[in-house]
Amino acid sequence: MEKQPLEQLTKISSQVRRDILRMVHAVQSGHPGASLGCTEFFVALYFNQMKHDNKFNMDGANEDLFFLSNGHISPVWYAVLARSGYFSPEEMTTFRKLDSRLQGHPATEEGLPGIRIASGSLGQGLSVATGAAQAKKIDGDDRTVYVLMGDGEQQEGQVWEAAMYAAHHKVDNLIATIDFNRQQIDGPTKEVMDLKDLKAKWEAFGWEVIETKQGNDMAAVLEGLEKAKALTGKGKPVLNLLHTEMGFGVDFMVGTHKWHGIAPSDEQLANALGQLEETLGDY
Amino acid sequence: MDKTLDLKFTYTEKKDTRSGFGDGLLEAGRKNPNVVGLCADLIGSLKMGAFQKEFPERFFQVGIAEANMIGLAAGMTINGKIPFTGTFANFSTGRVYDQIRQSVAYSDKNVKICASHAGLTLGEDGATHQILEDVGMMKMLPHMTVINPCDYNQTKAATMAIAEYEGPVYLRFGRPSWPIFTPADQKFEIGKAWKMIEGKDVTIFATGHLVWEAVVAEAMLREEGISAEVINIHTIKPLDEEAILESVKKTGCAVSAEEHQLNGGLGDSIAQTLIRNNPAPLEYVGVNDSFGESGTPTELMEKYGLNAENIVKAAKAAIARK
Repeated sequence: MEKQPLEQLTKISSQVRRDILRMVHAVQSGHPGASLGCTEFFVALYFNQMKHDNKFNMDGANEDLFFLSNGHISPVWYAVLARSGYFSPEEMTTFRKLDSRLQGHPATEEGLPGIRIASGSLGQGLSVATGAAQAKKIDGDDRTVYVLMGDGEQQEGQVWEAAMYAAHHKVDNLIATIDFNRQQIDGPTKEVMDLKDLKAKWEAFGWEVIETKQGNDMAAVLEGLEKAKALTGKGKPVLNLLHTEMGFGVDFMVGTHKWHGIAPSDEQLANALGQLEETLGDY
Repeated sequence: MDKTLDLKFTYTEKKDTRSGFGDGLLEAGRKNPNVVGLCADLIGSLKMGAFQKEFPERFFQVGIAEANMIGLAAGMTINGKIPFTGTFANFSTGRVYDQIRQSVAYSDKNVKICASHAGLTLGEDGATHQILEDVGMMKMLPHMTVINPCDYNQTKAATMAIAEYEGPVYLRFGRPSWPIFTPADQKFEIGKAWKMIEGKDVTIFATGHLVWEAVVAEAMLREEGISAEVINIHTIKPLDEEAILESVKKTGCAVSAEEHQLNGGLGDSIAQTLIRNNPAPLEYVGVNDSFGESGTPTELMEKYGLNAENIVKAAKAAIARK
């Protein structure tokens, strides 16, 4: 894929947000909140940062790989995969419907191009990405493996098993990002289960940690990913603490956990789409 | 007792099945550079040391973190590696069921989950470690193949065979020293039951360590004029239904024998097959809804009813119901 410039990335993000909302609205289910919050990150990865082939080979040899650990934000991933040519944007009409390849949570069972492992049950993606990164090392493949986790997901013990392992085994071709939106289903993470100082925790586990303080600003997201990339290959795995706002881009959805797993009504959809320019043509 | 019997299969040496796994893994690693090993702090117990020594760049110490190990293995398959994970059967299944379900089975990844110290024959460590539910858990998962070989030679052959097979596999073996009564040069065919002894009055379907007990039981029954057929069901899933039905059509009744709970075990699978096709009498030898306890393997197999004497009783009960 060709690297897209900043202006184009911003345009793609607007379309991806429309896609997310339209998919979730059509089936009246799915997870729009964190999908909207992570849009800049996904667009930056797939349209600028990663070397990847939309013809899709499962083994991804000599490509950068991406794994989504918090699988419930599938709408943003599907939209970005479709818009980067892995499958037709038309297929987004099947999201969460019977006989679809676009399952509620990402899966390989139906053979959707771009998906390499099922996710949804939290805590597993970092382990998978670490294994994939080590396999690349065995093969002398110098590309990078990316993984995204939720911040609530940091409450899963397996995340810390993998964190300990990746540092011990010097898996330095791995960039893990945490969607740090400070919200989870039952409320703010601070109230549900306080994450305390995540940066200090990951550093204590032996990772290089960078913070992207403006995770919904495309220039800042790109800068963070460039910085993370520059830290690879130096003996330590890299963590990118990505500060985002759930629901970003739609004024009545932003900054609250309420839209974690709720679909907009017809009226709310019309209102939301009015705030987002149609840049690539709706599917 | 077995020394005085006229056994159809005999042995000169005993060895643990986990050593068959360790030696098979080394051979598989020599044959295929994509074979990699992962172990959760039990290299000695799993007999993975020889592989680690010969292929240090393809071996990964995971520490006491089994959930991570399953995820790592799933990730390694993506560019074609063939990971063999090693820990006790308890920590290979129940502890990591959701990781196996999502990252391995549902994702259909080529991971070989290799599980030692299964069942009562673990012995003195007691019920915390004597898992008797693992086959049930694993056979319920779509895409999963479940294999429980009977001795050192068969475990070695099975380990090499699963390296050649594409798809998730659960390979179950054990800790105790056990008779080596199958040939060293056997060809292991996944999903193909092995008729070890021909008979006409009753069929004994056995898996794992209980295959040896079935061989002993056959000789005991023969002394009483009863002709038993012994079939080694090393692959519990996919089950060789054709071999099961063909044998029961001839003998008219059957016994299942396994080192596992009756709920969810081999016997359940055979019962399903018979019910749908030929509802012949079936008696079960296995653990009946109970946990194990500390003791020697021999004491435990006797107390929980898993030895040759119990197979003989079950065979007679099955014949009486014909």
